[in-house]
Formats: sequence, C-alpha cells, structure tokens
Amino acid sequence: MNFKKPNTILKAKNLSIGYKTKKGEAVISQNINFELEKGQLIGLVGANGIGKSTLLRTLIKVQPALSGTVLLNDTDLKTISSLDLAKQLSIVLTEALTSKNLSVYELIALGRHPYTNWVGSLTSKDIEIVENAFKLVNISELRNKKCYELSDGQLQKVMIARALAQDTDIIILDEPTTHLDMYHKAYILKLLQKLTKETGKTILFSSHEIDLAIQLCDTMIVMQKENVVYDQPCNLISQGVFESLFPDDLISFDNTSGIFRVKK
Amino acid sequence: MHKSQTYQFQYALLVVILIAFFFINISLGSVNIPLRSIIGSLFGNIDNTTWDVIITNYRLPKAITSILVGSGLGVSGLLMQTLFRNPLAGPFVLGITSGASLGVALIILGSGLFGGFFATALISKWSIVIAASLGSFLVLLAVLAVSHKVRDTMAILIIGLMFGSITAAVVSVLSYFSSAEQLQQYVFWGFGSLSNLSWKELGIFFLIYLVGMILSIMSIKSLNSLLLGENYAKSLGINLKQSRFIIILATSLIAGTITAFAGPIAFIGLAIPHLTRQIFKTSNHKILLPAVFLFGAITMLICDSIAQVPGSDYTLPINAITALIGAPVVIWLLVRQRKIMF
Repeated sequence: MNFKKPNTILKAKNLSIGYKTKKGEAVISQNINFELEKGQLIGLVGANGIGKSTLLRTLIKVQPALSGTVLLNDTDLKTISSLDLAKQLSIVLTEALTSKNLSVYELIALGRHPYTNWVGSLTSKDIEIVENAFKLVNISELRNKKCYELSDGQLQKVMIARALAQDTDIIILDEPTTHLDMYHKAYILKLLQKLTKETGKTILFSSHEIDLAIQLCDTMIVMQKENVVYDQPCNLISQGVFESLFPDDLISFDNTSGIFRVKK
Repeated sequence: MHKSQTYQFQYALLVVILIAFFFINISLGSVNIPLRSIIGSLFGNIDNTTWDVIITNYRLPKAITSILVGSGLGVSGLLMQTLFRNPLAGPFVLGITSGASLGVALIILGSGLFGGFFATALISKWSIVIAASLGSFLVLLAVLAVSHKVRDTMAILIIGLMFGSITAAVVSVLSYFSSAEQLQQYVFWGFGSLSNLSWKELGIFFLIYLVGMILSIMSIKSLNSLLLGENYAKSLGINLKQSRFIIILATSLIAGTITAFAGPIAFIGLAIPHLTRQIFKTSNHKILLPAVFLFGAITMLICDSIAQVPGSDYTLPINAITALIGAPVVIWLLVRQRKIMF
C-alpha cells in the first residue's frame, strides 16, 4: 500500500524530535507528519522555543530523530550518505560564517563542492550553474566583493545563491529574515517564492514573519505545544490555528486581514 | 576558484625570491666562498675540496632544512587556524610543540631515571625524533578530543596552553633530577637548530614531511568548506570526522617531525598564515596553501641567514631570530591594515 503523492520530496512520518540525555529523552515535539511537494514554498512558524530549529536540525540530519522517519526522495534520511544528501538538500543557517574573507564568487562556488574533484576545481558545467545562481538571485554586481563588505540582506541573498549552486531538490532555511528590515524581509521571502516557481525546487523556511508567510507560502507547518499542523494558509486561518498560536493577553489574530494586531 | 583571478605572477615572484635567498643562504657562513665556486659545487665541479665539503655536507643540508621547516610550520599553522576557527591557533599555541618537548624531555632528562642500559639506548637521534612525534601526536589527539566536547574555541586554546604548562612542570621536575650534561643537551635542543642534519636524517625528515604535505594538499577542499562553519561543511558532503583526523594527522606529522629534527621553533606557524592572508587578501586554501609554503620557506631562509651573523663565527639560536625578525613585521602589517584577515 503506498499512498505517496507523486511529487513528494520530503516526508515526515510520526516524527518525534528532541534530545537524548543521560536520564532519557527530552521530547520537544512529537507526532509530526507532513509531505512537502515539489516546487512548493513552505513556511515553518511557531512561538519561540517551540522546536522549529530542532525540527530543521533533524530534517537536515544534524541531529537524529527520537523516533519516526524522515523520507527524502523516498529514502530514509538515516541511510543516505552525506555526499548523496549534499546533492539533494542544501541549507542556509543563521550561524555566522567562520571566515568572511572570501569573495562572493568563491563562496557561491563552494556550493559546487559535492560535485567537484578532490581539489575543488570547477568544470564549465559548474561555472554555468554558479552563473545561473547569480542570475536567479540577481546579485551579479556583488561578484568580486568580499563577504565582510556585504550588508546582512546582501549576505542572505549570497547564501541563498550558494544553496542554489548546490543544485538540490530542496533548500532548507533557518530564519532567513532575522536581522533584516521590513523591506528586506519581504524581499527575501518573495525571492524564495520566485525561486520555487522558476526552478521547481522545494523551499522550506522557518520564520517569525507569520503574516508574510501566510501571504506567500503554498503550505505552512505550524508548531504548537500540543500538535503540529500542516496545511494551506487559508485552511489554517479558517481552522483558527493562528489565534491559538500565542497567549491572547497581548496580540490577537485578525482572520480577515491575516495579520496580528496588538490589543489596545 | 575564480577564473579571472589567478596568482601566477605572485607565485613566480615568490619562487624567484626563494631561489635567490637559497643561494644567499648558502653563500653565507664563517668561511667566505665565492658564488662561482658555490654554483660549481652544486653542479659537481669544484677544485677546492674543503669548500666542496662545507657546501655539500653543511650548508646545502641546512638550507634545505630551512625550506622544509619554514614551509612545514607555515602550512601546519594554516591548517590549525582553519580547523579550530581561530586566528590565534598554531602548532605552538595548541600544545603540539609542548607535546614534542615533553617527549624529548622524557628521553633526554628521564633517561637517567630508566637506568644505564636505556640511557645509552634511548638518547639516539632517532629516539628523540620518535619521542617528539609521539608527544605532539598525543597532545593533538587530546586537544581534538576536548574540542569535540567543548564548542568554545577559546576554551580549546586555553586547554592547549594548559598542556604547555603541564609540560613545563614535568620538564622542571625532570630537570631537578638530571645531570648538567643532560640539561645542557635539552636546552640546546630547545634553542632550535637547522644545522647538524646529515643527508640520511634529512631523507627521513623529508619523507615524513612529504606525507604530511600530501595529506594537507588533500585537505584543501574540506578546509575551504570549513570556512563556512562545521554545519555548512557537513551539508556539502564533507565527512567531518575523517577530514578533521586527516588535518590533525598532517599537522602532527609535519610539526612533530620539524620539532623533532630542528627543535621547537616558535612564531613561524602562527605568523606566516597571517602574513600570507594580509598580502594575498583571501582565505581560499587553494591560493593560500602554496603561498604559505613559499612565504614560510623564504622567511626561514632569511632568519637562518641572519642567525649566522654574516661575517662572524657566531651562530645565534634560530628560535630567537624567528620571533625577533617576524613579530615586528606582523605587528606592522596588522597596524597598517587595522584589522585581521581571517
């Protein structure tokens, strides 16, 4: 019996996440189920400390799942070699780069590592893909800049281009909009939406910009204390999911406009 | 990595400078030998046999040793700085040199404690080499084990320094029980010396150095991905555990043998990668590694030339010269650029 949708890229089945400690397991969230489809933009939202980063870390295989399975292109994440994983899944993290003394071109070209030879030489095909990443994110003018010369918004675009150069089915971004102003938050998320349409890649990102995510995402994963809901934004609104997302003493969710308002 | 950005001119210039200093280094010494005779000796036609002996058995091995030591320490410093994500890292700071010193101290100073048979059997050049290599390798493994547990790089550096303190303590305890002759032997080892290597010893040195260098060159790709951070490196398909082990193995082979054959030479491992980054303005290891190699070799040749005090019979400890010449240069560069390149 296989109910798998034909376009599923990443699937979580009865996933339970958290940390193994000496005394046992510290479960952060459990019973997580979703199927991410090809070409979709998926937003992962939830309150601080609810486990968004832990979920993403589990999906990118930085930490193991406590139980349940993650299937990437129908293969159990546990059995995928790190090199094969690098060709299917790329990431953009919040952690700072160890060295910013690389040119933008060098940094983006690092995305070709899973495909290059032992010393990392770029073939003409690699160069073509890197050039395409520049075009897609529209940052050709930054090419020869050093990473320490970039603003936060520019650096985020460069990191997205690097993930694109890795040429994977799915890109996972951990809070790509932090440290950005309102314009650049919208810009980055709009860019991600454009990329899913133009490249057919699946993009999953976590964010606190719930109103922007509602407007731009195809589907959303909403993490709450009791359960994790996965659906289209309009369905989530009609189910009243967002209203129960935060304690109701300060802010409330307006169903008609789809944004949070501060209570007067 | 960038097609339009090649550094052939810079490399060519450095190679020319390296060759120039190689000949200058050989031409200097207490006996004045004309340049024509030096070149003649190198190509096997010289009339003066004394000069020939001086050059082939003394000056030439010393110049080659300088190149191996300088390039090796520079490259191992570069590897450590990237692996530990810390511009302060280097063979000396992380305790690799302390480990080697401890090994040598146990052999030279401790031999008295092991009794007469060991005393003669142990203090050969080879036992010192093996002890130094083992010592540095064990300390590096310990630092690595700690770095798995402790994510804070500052903590790792402090632990490296602690290893240095432990070494110093053990050495002083051993010194207390040692004879003046043993002490002198250890102190002289500590000065560092690029001379006194026979061709056979140089051969062994070169073999181990070569293995370390090959491992370093093989690590260029993983080193570059480590510039992004460990999680990014992993996401690029790099086997972190394996790459880390190879990088550490390469460093301990190179730095360990250098310390074993030439003594604990400070400064070069820390400073050369910085100098190179300031001048080449990149962190890309594909560009940096050969540049660090050349800079290290040139610096060591210059330091050795100065250590001989041209025109005199004195030879100063090489360890003092490297820091005396190099430290001001690094300070000047940092002050001029106002920030550190990493």
